[in-house]
Amino acid sequence: MDLEYGPEYQSFTKEVQSFCKKYKGLSFTDRSNNPLGSSGGSGGPKMSRSEWQKILIENGYFARSVPKEYGGYGGKADILKNRIIAAEFSKSKTPVAMGGQGIDMLVPTLLEMGTEEQKQAYIEPTLHGEMIWCQGYSEPNAGSDLASLQTKGELVGDKWVINGQKIWTSTAQYSQMCFCLVRTEPDAPKHAGISYLLIPMDTPGIEIRPLVDMTLKAGFNEVFFTDVKIPASNIVGKRGEGWAVANATLGHERGSLAPPDATMNRVNMLMQLMKEETLDGKPLIEHPIYRDRLMQIQGKVLAQQSHALRLLSAKLNPGADVKLGKMIQKLTGTELRHELEGLAIDVMGEIGTLYEDSPHLRNEGTWQFIYMYFLGLIIGGGTSQIQKNIIAERGLGMPKEPKVKEA
Amino acid sequence: MYFGLSEEQSFFQDNVRKYLEEHATIDNIKHITNGDKKNLSEEIHNGLLNLGINGLLIPEKFGGLGLDLLFAAVVSEALGGGVSPTPFIAPYVMAPEAIKHAGNKSQQENYLSKIATNEYRFGVGFSEFIGKRNDAGISFSDNTLNGRAMFVLDANNATHLLLADEKGQIFVIDAKSTNIEIINLVTVDKTRQYSEVICENSEAELLEASSSSTDPIDQAIDAGRIMLAADSLGASQNMIDKAVDYAMERKQFGRAIGSFQAVKHMCAEMAADLEPCYALVWHAAHCYDHSPDEARLMACHAKAHVSEMSKGIAKKATEVHGGMGFTDLLGLHYWFKRIGLNRQILGSPELVREEAYKTQV
Repeated sequence: MDLEYGPEYQSFTKEVQSFCKKYKGLSFTDRSNNPLGSSGGSGGPKMSRSEWQKILIENGYFARSVPKEYGGYGGKADILKNRIIAAEFSKSKTPVAMGGQGIDMLVPTLLEMGTEEQKQAYIEPTLHGEMIWCQGYSEPNAGSDLASLQTKGELVGDKWVINGQKIWTSTAQYSQMCFCLVRTEPDAPKHAGISYLLIPMDTPGIEIRPLVDMTLKAGFNEVFFTDVKIPASNIVGKRGEGWAVANATLGHERGSLAPPDATMNRVNMLMQLMKEETLDGKPLIEHPIYRDRLMQIQGKVLAQQSHALRLLSAKLNPGADVKLGKMIQKLTGTELRHELEGLAIDVMGEIGTLYEDSPHLRNEGTWQFIYMYFLGLIIGGGTSQIQKNIIAERGLGMPKEPKVKEA
Repeated sequence: MYFGLSEEQSFFQDNVRKYLEEHATIDNIKHITNGDKKNLSEEIHNGLLNLGINGLLIPEKFGGLGLDLLFAAVVSEALGGGVSPTPFIAPYVMAPEAIKHAGNKSQQENYLSKIATNEYRFGVGFSEFIGKRNDAGISFSDNTLNGRAMFVLDANNATHLLLADEKGQIFVIDAKSTNIEIINLVTVDKTRQYSEVICENSEAELLEASSSSTDPIDQAIDAGRIMLAADSLGASQNMIDKAVDYAMERKQFGRAIGSFQAVKHMCAEMAADLEPCYALVWHAAHCYDHSPDEARLMACHAKAHVSEMSKGIAKKATEVHGGMGFTDLLGLHYWFKRIGLNRQILGSPELVREEAYKTQV
């Protein structure tokens, strides 16, 4: 066990600290599309999110290992430096780079499997936040059983002609592009008939209908495709390889949904709130029932933070077996965050039900919003039940449910 | 940066595990707990002493191995996994830590070197400092102790006892003295010994530094709590492994019960609950030696959190086994009960979490 990063990282930490100091109080001139996105601070420099994104790339604090020719920093992948950046930004409340499905999922996929033309065309504007992507995977009849998706793509001349419907498509209303799973080989077996296509959202024949969720804030959409024609070259991987391409990115999504450091920040915020709020004249934290529940959750988050260190170490020191350890992250991370946000509502009692722009709202209503939002994340990206199947079958080697014969 | 066990730690843990698999078989554990082969427990204990478990935490200058608490934690994990019917936490972890931190030079030299040679074996009774129940409690005056200490760990076959009063002062007494009475307490966990000790003008030696500060006893308790967490970690992993094996073997409705999601999901939940506990226990043990600011908080949370997770696992793993899980025949209950004791001794989760909170104000 050695939790020190070593001397070369000490100077890097100082460098990041002085960068954060320089941009202290930074605020943005435009709104975030991400409901959990930072609104920035006050009293510091003002700029657009895209400008901030470029500054972060220039300094190597974002897209660090993406090659220069595609708009990245062009540095070596360095897990510890990434961790230092995340920790220092969090400590100093410096806004982090914007994420989103294009940045988190499409860029790594293109870097791994895209053609040179695709890398040139898409990565840089995506990193700069100028090209927003949505993910066209789920369909009304293809949720947990994603591979049964039916949106059709037919190659007619040099165009894909796409017909069908996607659902749960976040950010479709702001997106320039969609990375989409489409059935292009109707005669092939289920998983082998899917291709991964890149669809410009301004192509005629695309209709977006908003799908309001329980938070009334975060936006999903339904997206309808009617004879949508896109160039034949807008495919990642070969025809019928879409399932493998998509699985590479699903891994990226699952790991990043509920990082424990972010959950610990919320634990600390809740502890602060419990010191300020009173019940019968006594701070909430002095009520033993509430205090014990907070301590229970703090213990769980500490376990997950320690676990994250173990996984980090496994990346740096190949050979450690953390297969099972990685599989539990989505399940445990999203469930815990939901539980924590729910505790904040409980300790506030009636005040915990206030929402939107009500008087007496605490912390801008984030507890109520995130409590519901994380229920969405528990369901999305593979439900908790699907996660348990994965853990049991792939992690513990238990048998699959026998297939039901089609009637 | 490396977060995990060293090769030496894994190797030592494997040796303990293999030794127990061979010698602490379920049949032998049944013999020991039924009381029909009393010496067997001491024989197994001697085998573990040959591996060096008594000297892990004793500094080299006193003849020990001078290792850190993480090393002891991985041993404790293996002992819990094998429901080892032997003493460990009191004589080889809490006593050395208490003496290291509370003893003066000559006390350290005298006691630590004799633990290393196995001349002295300590039982430990700190319950009344952690949370005094009813009329228990001991008092110290004129170099003698009076009163009652409850749930003293590993007092049987001990040569000496470490007892604490409510203020956290730690005393050494001779376990063979005629002025003390050691009463065996029968708990659900028959793999380890718990006693009530009654002192009547028993001659006692105060460990010097414990009179002016509670730091030494706190540290010994932190170390003990981390060991209990590690013991439950090992016991829980063993229960999960057994449940998964059983679910793949046992057939109903023409298929392995492990193919039913109702059963499979219980197994997944157990695995998801336990997996982060490894990192928490290792991290807490590491902080104990290398990060004093976080040490107390981590030790408390390791004890409380692993206790909570293990309680759930002990129940679910038993349920996966159906009726067989409930029988004495299979012996799964030894793990269930061991986890139950680990949860209550040295502070139950609510008490320990309260201490965790107090470190933050």
